[in-house]
Parts: sequence; C-alpha cells; structure tokens
Amino acid sequence: MGQKMLMKGNEAIAEAAIQAGCRFFFGYPITPQNQIPEYMSKRLPKIEGGCFLQAESEVAAINMVYGAAGAGARVMTSSSSPGISLKQEGISYIVGAELPCVIVNMVRGGPGLGSIQPAQSDYYQSTRGGGHGDYRMLVLAPSSVQEAVELTQEAFDLADKYRNPVLIMGDGLIGQMMEPVEMPEHKDRTDLPPKTWAATGWKPGCGRDRAVINSLYIDPSVLEKHVNHLYEKYAVMEQTECRWQEEMTEDADYVIVAYGTTARIARSAMRKLRAEGIKTGLIRPITLWPFPAAPIAKAAEHAKAFLTVEMSMGQMVDDVKLAVDGKKPVHFFGRTGGIVPTVREIITQVENLAKEGK
Amino acid sequence: MAVVYEKTKLLTDKPLHYCPGCTHGIIHRLVAESIDELGVQEKTIGIAPVGCAVFAYDYFNCDMMEAAHGRAPAVATGCKRVNPDNIVFTYQGDGDLASIGAAEITHAATRGENITVIFVNNAIYGMTGGQMAPTTLPGQVTTTSPYGRDPKLCGYPIRVSEMLATLDGPAYIARVSVHDVKHIMEAKKCIRKAFETQINKKGFSLIEVLSACPTNWGMTPQEALKWLEANMIPQYPLGVKKEVE
Amino acid sequence: MAKLTIDREACKGCGLCAEVCPKHLLALSREINAKGYHPIGIEDQESCIGCAFCARMCPDAVIKVEK
Repeated sequence: MGQKMLMKGNEAIAEAAIQAGCRFFFGYPITPQNQIPEYMSKRLPKIEGGCFLQAESEVAAINMVYGAAGAGARVMTSSSSPGISLKQEGISYIVGAELPCVIVNMVRGGPGLGSIQPAQSDYYQSTRGGGHGDYRMLVLAPSSVQEAVELTQEAFDLADKYRNPVLIMGDGLIGQMMEPVEMPEHKDRTDLPPKTWAATGWKPGCGRDRAVINSLYIDPSVLEKHVNHLYEKYAVMEQTECRWQEEMTEDADYVIVAYGTTARIARSAMRKLRAEGIKTGLIRPITLWPFPAAPIAKAAEHAKAFLTVEMSMGQMVDDVKLAVDGKKPVHFFGRTGGIVPTVREIITQVENLAKEGK
Repeated sequence: MAVVYEKTKLLTDKPLHYCPGCTHGIIHRLVAESIDELGVQEKTIGIAPVGCAVFAYDYFNCDMMEAAHGRAPAVATGCKRVNPDNIVFTYQGDGDLASIGAAEITHAATRGENITVIFVNNAIYGMTGGQMAPTTLPGQVTTTSPYGRDPKLCGYPIRVSEMLATLDGPAYIARVSVHDVKHIMEAKKCIRKAFETQINKKGFSLIEVLSACPTNWGMTPQEALKWLEANMIPQYPLGVKKEVE
Repeated sequence: MAKLTIDREACKGCGLCAEVCPKHLLALSREINAKGYHPIGIEDQESCIGCAFCARMCPDAVIKVEK
C-alpha cells in the first residue's frame, strides 16, 4: 500500500485504472464524472504507450473502446447516465464479441437529462444488460472512495478473466466526494489467459488463427450456441464473483438492503436503531450482478422484514423480493431525482415497521 | 506459361456472397491486392461495416474486426491507437459511412487518424433491400423513396469526399469508379496510394468508390454499370480531392 | 496464346467479363453450376490475347489468366 492521499472519487478511480495497467481511455464530457477524463488526459500522455482521446460522442467513445479492446489493450471509458444510455449499443457489441473492458457509470438522476445529482436509477439498465440481446455484465458498486479504487483495479482483471465488460456503478456522491485513499500496488495476475484472440496482425503460419473480432452469428443455431457459451460464463460468475457485506444480520429483526452511497446512510441509521433497541442489520451488495441472493435468503429465515433503500423509485427491490421469495415482507424506501435519503428518514421507516409489528 | 492475373492470396477461399454483377467484389479485390503488393498482410487489421459488406471479415485474409453500423472509424481509431504500427483500414458503404456514421467518419478525418477508409458509394442501402441512402440521387426510386428522391422532402445527396476534403486533417482523398477496366485500374492506383499514405504515416486517407447495385437498382449488371457512368459520375465527379505531399 | 482458367462453380454468370473482352470470346454456358448460375465460358481459347480485362472486371475473382 502506498501513502494515504485525499482524493476525489473520480480521480481515484482514474488513478486506480492506470495502476491496473489501463493505458487507453476514450470518453466524452458529462457531469458528474468529468474528473475521470480530465485526470486521464493529464496522466496518460505522460506514460509510455498511453493514450487519452476525447471522442466526438459517447457512441464513438465506446466503439473506440471496442477497437482498443479488440487489439488486446486494457481500456476504459466512463460516463454518467444519459451517456451510458448512448453507450449501450457498443456495450452490447463488446459483450457479443467477448471483449474485456471497464466502464464507469457515475449515475445521476433521470429520466432524460434528469439532474446532475446522485442517483441509483440505472440499476435495471446496469444489471439487466442495458443494450439489446441476452447478456450480463459484472456490476461493481463501491460505497467509498477506497473501495472504488480497489474495485476498479480488480475490474480489469475480472474483465480479462471473463472476456466481458465490467461496469463500475457509482453515483454522483462517490464520484465527487473526497476521502483518504491508499492506492494499493497492483500486482499483475499470472493466471489470466493470454489474449491470443486479439487482432494484432496475422499471416499464414504465424502460430495462431486469423483473428476475427465479431458479434455477428447469422445462423440461429450458431448464435444460440454462442449465447449459451456466454451464459456458461455468467454461471461461473454467479458461482464465484458474488460479493456483499453483512453487518449485524445474525440477530436482526429488520434487515436493510442498500448499496453504494445509500448503504453508508443506511449503516448510520442501523447503528442508531440498534441504540434504540430495534435489532437492525444491513446487507450491502457489492456486486449488483451477480446479485447476492444467498445472504438475503439466509436472513429471511429469521428476520421479520426487509427494507430496501435506494436512490430510485425501487429497482433493486425486485431482486431482494426474488431472493426473499415471499418468505417475509419486503418494504421499500427511496428518494429519486437526485435527492439523497437521510438517516432520519430511514430510521423512521424501520421504526414504523417495528411499531406496526410488520 | 506465366501468370498474368490470378486471385490474390489476400482474399480467402470463401465465395463472396454478393449478388451477380455487384462491384463490391471488384473493390474487395483491389483492396486485397494493394495490401498484398505492399507486403503488409501481417500488419493489417480490417474493420468491416454493417451493410452488404458485413461479411468482409470472411473475405479479407488478415485480422479483422466487425464494427457496429457506422462506427468503423471509431473502432479503427481504438485499434490504431493501441498498435500504431498496424495498418488499419475500414470498408464502409454509404448508409454506414455517410448517414449513421457521419459523425465518426468526420471526426476520424479531422483528427487526421492515420487509417485508410474504403468508402463504397452505390447510392442505396443494399443489404436491407434497397432503401434510400444519403447518397441516393435526386429523383432516384428506392423502396423508401418510391416516387423518386425528392430533395424538398429529404434533402440532397452528400458528396462525402468533397466535404471531408475541406478539413485540415485528411492527407489523401480521392473518388474513383469501377464501371470499366480503365477505371478499375485507376481505382487500384488510388487505393494503393491510400495505403501508402498510411504506411508513410501521413495521416487519414479515404477512397470513395462509385459502385453498382444491379439488384436494388433493378437493372442487369451491364445496365447498372452504364447507369453508374451516366448518372452517378455527374453527381459525384471523379478525381483526387485532397492530397498532402 | 494465352490460357484462361475459370472457376465455374464460383462464377455467378453476371457476364461483365464478356462485356469487356476485346475479342468477344466469352459467353455464358448453357449448363448451370451448383449455385444455379450459367457460368461464363471461353469458346475460342486459341484467340485469347491474355489481356486479363475479364479477370480485372470479374467481381468474384473466378478467372485466372496465363500467357
């Protein structure tokens, strides 16, 4: 670990990416993630082989990512909600062509231009694919700047391991907030498969097949086979990559499920509720896909009820309900449009549940 | 006996899927021959488009990437920036390049991205069944301009080469045709020169090739080439539009 | 004398080669190939001058010319 620095989330993510070997960044300005491209534009030209390019659009940026990933590079792009919507075309192609890359979404309020304040209303888009076709992405949701750094570094390894894009889903707060950060020294993983599939130049007898980076499978039976192959990878991800943090769930009557910034607020609420004598716990999904259904199902065995808290009108709550499988009531509290829920609001929600004996 | 002419090894053995008399095949051959003659097969990455040439990755005997509709110049940019010593070319049709990909081609050109673009202009969307393209001629009947393209309703055809030649970024832009052997030979020279421009690191090069679509124009292959000469060349004058020494 | 070798199975019978042959030696065959096209054929091989116009015009690269 290096020395502790005070860094803005966006800048810390950019630096973490560079530490993880990312040398190519293609992006487009949009608030509240501008410090990522700005940081990259400062740093990458000073690093040998590094390239920052401001694209003409979000669409172009993600397709530059496609080209760079297809050429075998570690590459990243970042944006915020409306820009991520534009990138969905490219993301779908990247998944189809099985290319690794890292995408950062500092979510802001929507729909439409919405606001520039923090939100979590892109949960469906992030965890259900987002673009066209059958696919998934690993979705990592940090709740602190330090965790954003660690997850960003790991995201590149995961992307290479699975040949699939990895999405870092933050929000305006994670991106804009300054926190003390230690930049871990990134160790190159030796277990990652070599990128023998990359298009780097070929001639007969050069020792590999001609590279064709492609997502077109015109024969339906071949496409079905390809999609089945993708889903075999997703099954492995579900088995091995699911992450969450649990706090005080063992004896909890009420379990709050929240991620990212919202989980921090929920943690404060939980502590105060405990002090009041209401046994409250917290499950914080770190991977939004694959979703940590197992700890929620386990908690459903003893908890009286669940409260899902989100900065949206209720999206992750669907996954919580699926995990609870009707065994216990699942309640929802959310603020949206860029409004951040307060500790007091969450406490009141749980107090009401306790009062009503729900 | 000496070989005067045979299929280049830069094309794979896969039979081309193009319709009889479609000149895509000629343009493929000219591009492949240029890569072969310049001896850069092992450095070349081709970027295939969406449209009739979508399967180009099956035909060019080099590493290939298949791009989303219109995005080939962006994909080529990412690829070239990673490995600047690669020779990167895109092969795009008029719907792909001049309509949905108008932003990507314009910005790749203005950045002077050191790539080569082969732009096939046949004034129609071929793969999707003959709809109006940004390059469709005024009055030309297509499946989405059944009464003929009306410029009052949907504007005028875009002269891509002239438009991009106004930019400072490009190093070499030319418009050629493949409607007869003489013009095919001239097209070959220009395509080869475009690749040389890239090899010599001079920057962005684009060759617009006027091409025939007998099937969607509703003509025999012979009629289509005559129609191209009589109607497309007046709208899209041939020649070098920009050349930076 | 020159020699044309035509990949008759790859030929789509578009006839563009016949248009550009200065000696008018090429014509579509009566028989059909596996793709259902009448492939191009050369009637009078002896008169071919090996100019390769046909091969340069062919969209499917089915003609090899030797001289």
